[in-house]
Order: sequence, then C-alpha cells, then structure tokens
Amino acid sequence: MPSSLHNPGKSIRGGVQDFLPRLVLSPTIALTLVFTYGFILFTTYLSFSNSGMLPSYDLVGWANYTRLFKLRAWSIATTNLLIFGVLYIGICAVLGLLLAILLDQRIRAEGFIRTVYLYPMALSFIVTGVAWKWILDPGIGLEAVMHDWGFTSFQFRWIKDRDMAIYTIVIAAVWQTSGFVMATFLAGLRGIDREMLHAAEVDGASTFALYRRIVIPQLRPAFLSAFVVLAHMAIKSYDLVIALTNGGPGISTEMPATFMYSYTFTRNQMGVGAASAEIMLLTIVAIIVPYLWSELRGNKQ
Amino acid sequence: MVHSRKALYLASVAFAASASLASAEGVEVLHWWTSGGEAAALNVLKEDLAGQGIGWEDMPVAGGGGEAASTTLKARVASGNPPDAAQLLGMALQEWAAEGSLGNLNAVAEANDWDSVVPASLKALATYEGNWVGVPVNIHRPNWLWINAEVFEANDLTPPTTWDEFNTVAAQLQDLGITPLAHGGQPWQDATIFDDVVLGMGGADFYRDAIHNLDPEALGSDTMVAVFDQMRTIRGFVDENFSGRDWNLATAMLMDGEAGMQLMGDWAKGEITRAGLTPGKDILCVPAPSTTGSYLFISDYFAAFNVSEDEKASQEALAASILAPGFQEAFNLVKGSIPARTDVSVGEFDACGQRAAADLKEAQENNTLVGSLAHGTAQTSAVQRAIFDVVTEHFNSDMSSEDAVEELQIAVESASY
Repeated sequence: MPSSLHNPGKSIRGGVQDFLPRLVLSPTIALTLVFTYGFILFTTYLSFSNSGMLPSYDLVGWANYTRLFKLRAWSIATTNLLIFGVLYIGICAVLGLLLAILLDQRIRAEGFIRTVYLYPMALSFIVTGVAWKWILDPGIGLEAVMHDWGFTSFQFRWIKDRDMAIYTIVIAAVWQTSGFVMATFLAGLRGIDREMLHAAEVDGASTFALYRRIVIPQLRPAFLSAFVVLAHMAIKSYDLVIALTNGGPGISTEMPATFMYSYTFTRNQMGVGAASAEIMLLTIVAIIVPYLWSELRGNKQ
Repeated sequence: MVHSRKALYLASVAFAASASLASAEGVEVLHWWTSGGEAAALNVLKEDLAGQGIGWEDMPVAGGGGEAASTTLKARVASGNPPDAAQLLGMALQEWAAEGSLGNLNAVAEANDWDSVVPASLKALATYEGNWVGVPVNIHRPNWLWINAEVFEANDLTPPTTWDEFNTVAAQLQDLGITPLAHGGQPWQDATIFDDVVLGMGGADFYRDAIHNLDPEALGSDTMVAVFDQMRTIRGFVDENFSGRDWNLATAMLMDGEAGMQLMGDWAKGEITRAGLTPGKDILCVPAPSTTGSYLFISDYFAAFNVSEDEKASQEALAASILAPGFQEAFNLVKGSIPARTDVSVGEFDACGQRAAADLKEAQENNTLVGSLAHGTAQTSAVQRAIFDVVTEHFNSDMSSEDAVEELQIAVESASY
C-alpha cells in the first residue's frame, strides 16, 4: 500500500506501514538477486572456465563456445528450436485467434467450451508428453486403433521417424498451449469498443474487412504478450521433449534445453553446458528486452 | 530421465533430512538400487553392519542408470558434504578420484588381501595412483545373447556363435515372421549392441585399442567400417516399433516368442525369473556372437569419499563387509550378477551365472576381460556419450559406415580434451 495515502512520520502506524512492505518484499528480492541474477553471473563465469564434472575456476576464454558451435548435437538442437519455435508460435497464434473469434460470437455454453480449451494448460508438460507418446505410438496409439477398426492402410508413424519426430513435439505443444493463446485473444476481443464495430457495420464493412482492419490490429498487445510467453516456452522446452521422445529417434529431437542438461550433468562437460545456457539466455533476452522496453516506454507516454 | 526431476526433488528432500542427521552414528550410502530385488540384496549388507554396531543411513536416488544419483552426488560434494560411500560405475570412480574427492581404503585392502582376490581389470578401476579408492560389489556381463529356446527348437535353429551365423539365423527367423532381435532404440541399448559387435569383429585387443585407448588408427580402421556394416545389418533385424522401447519390454517380446533373440546384459535374468521362466533352459544364454572367450564386464563400486577421522572406521567396516565372501555370495545371488572376487563358490548360482563365472576365469587367464563402453566401464562420460551419439545416429538413419567411422573419429577427438 502506498504510504503517501497516509501521513507518515506522525504516527507509529504510519511508520510501520511505510516499513512493512519493504520488510515483506526484501526476502523475495534477496532470493531473486542471489538465485536468479547471482546464478546467471555464476553460469556466465562457468561458461568461460574449464569446468568438467564439478565447477572449476580456471578460465579458458571462448574455448567452450568454439567447441559448442562445432558440435553436431548443438546444430541439431538449434535447427530443431527454429523449426519448433516458428511452427509452435505460428500455429498457436492462428489457432488461438480462430478459436477466440469463434467463441466471441455470443454462443451458448461459452464458459464451458472455454474451460475445455483452456484445460490442457493446467497439465504439466510431462503428462502431455506421456499421453501423446502413447497416442502417437504406432504400436498402441492412433495407428493401432485405426488398424483395429479396419483402416489397415492408415499410417502415422512420425514419432518413429527421425525426420518427422520434431513435428510430433509441435503437435503436443500446440495442443497444450493454444487454449491459453485463445484466452489471451478473447480478453483482447472483449476489450474492443463495440461502438467502433457498429460504426463500421453501418458504413457497410464486410465481416472479413471488419476483422482484418479493425479487430486484429487492435489485438496487437494481446499478440505481443502471447508471443513473448510462447517464445520463451519454446526456448526452455525440456520436459515435453524428455517425456515424448527423449531426444530420439537417435538425437533427432535434441533441443537446446535437453542439450544443456545432458552436457552439464550427464556428460561432465559443464563448461560447454554453461555456454549453451548462455546462448539460450541471450536468445530470450533478445526477445524479452525489446518487449519490456516498448512496454515501459508505452507506460510513460 | 523422465524421473530425473522428481528424483532430484526427492533427493533434495532426502538431503535436507540427512543433513540434520549428519551427527548420527553410521554410514551414509548413496545408491540407486531401489527395485525389489536390489533392495533385498542391500538388506543383507545392512544387517551385516548392524551386527557390528554400525547404523545405515540410506540415501537412495531412484533411476536405473544412476543419472539422478550422479547429479545428487555432485551437489553433495560441491557443497562440501559428501556421503561416506556412493555407488558408482568404474569410470565415474576414476573421474571422482581425479577430482581429489576420494579417500583411500588401503588399510582394509591390505588386511583382507584384496590384491589377490579381485580380478586385475576390476582392481585397475578401483585404484587410483596405487591407492584403493573404492570397493567392487559385483560383476555383470553385458555381452550375452538371450534366445527363446521354444522358438529355436520348433524351427530347428541352432544358437549362433558368430556374427555370420547370427545373420543367417536372423534371416531365417524373419522369413518365419518372427522378429529376429528384440531391441529397444535407446542410446545405451544401441551401444550395448555396438559393444558386442566391436568385441566380436575385432577381438579383445581391438576393443582395447579402439574403445579404451581411443587409438585413431583403430577407430578409423576397416574393421570399424565392418562393425558399422554389421550394425546396419542388425538394424534390419529389429521390428518397426523399436524406437524408444525400454529394455524390459524387449525382454518381454523375447519371452512371449514374438522375438527370437535379444542382446542384453545378465540383469535380463531378473525379468526372466520374475516371469516364471528359467534362464539357461526356457531362455538360453550364450555369449554374444563371436565373443566367446572374451568377457565384457561392468562392476558397481562403492566409492569411499573423504570423510572425517571418526567416520573413517565405519566407512572401512562397510568396505570390508562388501567384499566379504558371505555377502558377495548372498548379494549376487539376488542381484543376478556374479561375485567381484574369484574365490567365492558359485554352486548356488543358476546355469547362466555359473557359465559367467567360468568364462570370467578363462577371460582373466587369456587377458580378454575388458570393461564395457555402454555401461561406464571404459571411458569418461564425455567420450562415452559422444560415441553413443554416433552409434545411435548411425543406427537410426541411413548414414553410411564410412561416414559413421569419420563421425566417430571427430566425436571422440572433440570430446576428449
């Protein structure tokens, strides 16, 4: 509570009210400083050190970064991130927008349907991953069911195909998150001034033009926040990959986060792992900082 | 890996709990033996120690290959509070010793004459710069070929002893509509087959040159090209859905007769006996093709971490108990492995265990006892995983053998620095 509402210095109560928020917040701030920013600095240091199984403090310059970019697994991981990121964000945005527009047509049972679409978001990625792993497994999932029903020519074995497996991760991730994007867009749609739409309708605008020229441009802030959330989820995606394909077949679905974990903790090349974590951090920073900057600048105006 | 996060969480809870108990009497032991049989085997040790008045502070971190346990161990050591003993595979023991985190057990080793009862190859991994830093618990053999006896008898097939015979038999099984080889497409399982092929096609000396010494000439040799050719042939003998399958499900395929053979270590016996079948009778065990006379091994060790003087006594008692003949027999009977010392009677063991013990002796005499790459007994984890990458990528793609050999050399070079 802002202390300016009261008259500080006059009463003890005012003093406490001035002091209490800082007291309550200080552990959080201290924890964030140490465990977020402190460890970011520590990881940065490790990425320039020759750390192997345990952290070491002997600096080796850019050696870990040079090694990192020579590794096949890393180039597979970054290519996968690119494929996954573009498709995941793109499909989620389109699907989310479409669902939001349809839900916004003042339909019956909207609350129920909205909940249905939003529910996958409440699941952990591990659960999503395991469920889709079974669904997509040709031996027990979709393909097996279709065969049992007599459609013996039906084939869907992407999860076993090293060129297609990355797209199964897109499928599971889109299923999980498109409901969230829908909710974001729906909130944006509800914020649009109905008067404006009526005016456009009176002027004879078609529904398509209405959405293209008035509604969708006004959803820009909703789209931006959805983009930022999805982008960092894409870069951090770890548990879904582990549960769904565990990086396989072969190493065809390796992602930066799984790469980081395996180099840091199982391959005892902590320096390379830290370097890959730095690259992931920088990628996220490149997305978040311009966003925050535009947000903060926007607030000032 | 799926469980690693949960395990990590549990481990941190266990850590918090154990930290408050740190002053209590007893040995704290970090291990990943959490399945029914393994836990029962450990009980033997607990009771043994209880008899000597030493308490047992259990610190189990679930997860078959011990990946989660290894992460927990690093956290404990980095925070300056290592357990008294931790279960490790051979090369990890060496890596920890190189970090200077391990104490030594020379006094116990001398008192119990470990030098003369522990096979030299095991001793090489349990000692660092001449000091005993850990104690071996068991010997597993990964180069077994398991065969469904009923399928082979019904179709009048003979268990193959060479890779050529294997290819012929597998082709016959395929013609009969039986999956020749039950296999799970996980990097360590692919590497288990790779181990067998390298040892089978090149022999123990070649295996040592290529895998243990990373000799560029051996890694780039024609033999290695032939190894990858054979891997490609084997790829044709697994079913379509092999990718990602767990090894025990592959063993189930073998027991159901859906598949004819499986290349897997002797821990498969646990699955076989649990299904009410007899290893050596219903499911035959023969050395992996062309590896008769050679013995790949994996040993679990308990590493002795640096501990304070007052904890040293209980740590030494633990080490002595682990290698005592009585415990070796009782534990390994339950675990499915064979004793880590050569003077223990194996009369009680099943046919496969007895065969393993006899083969071990022979391999020791012929100097053909070699540590397994797939199971952390040949290389540091950096090099091991780099080789896994190539093997598993080759197995899952149409990469040519020549390209695989080249990739192998690059991977090994960039991982060993």
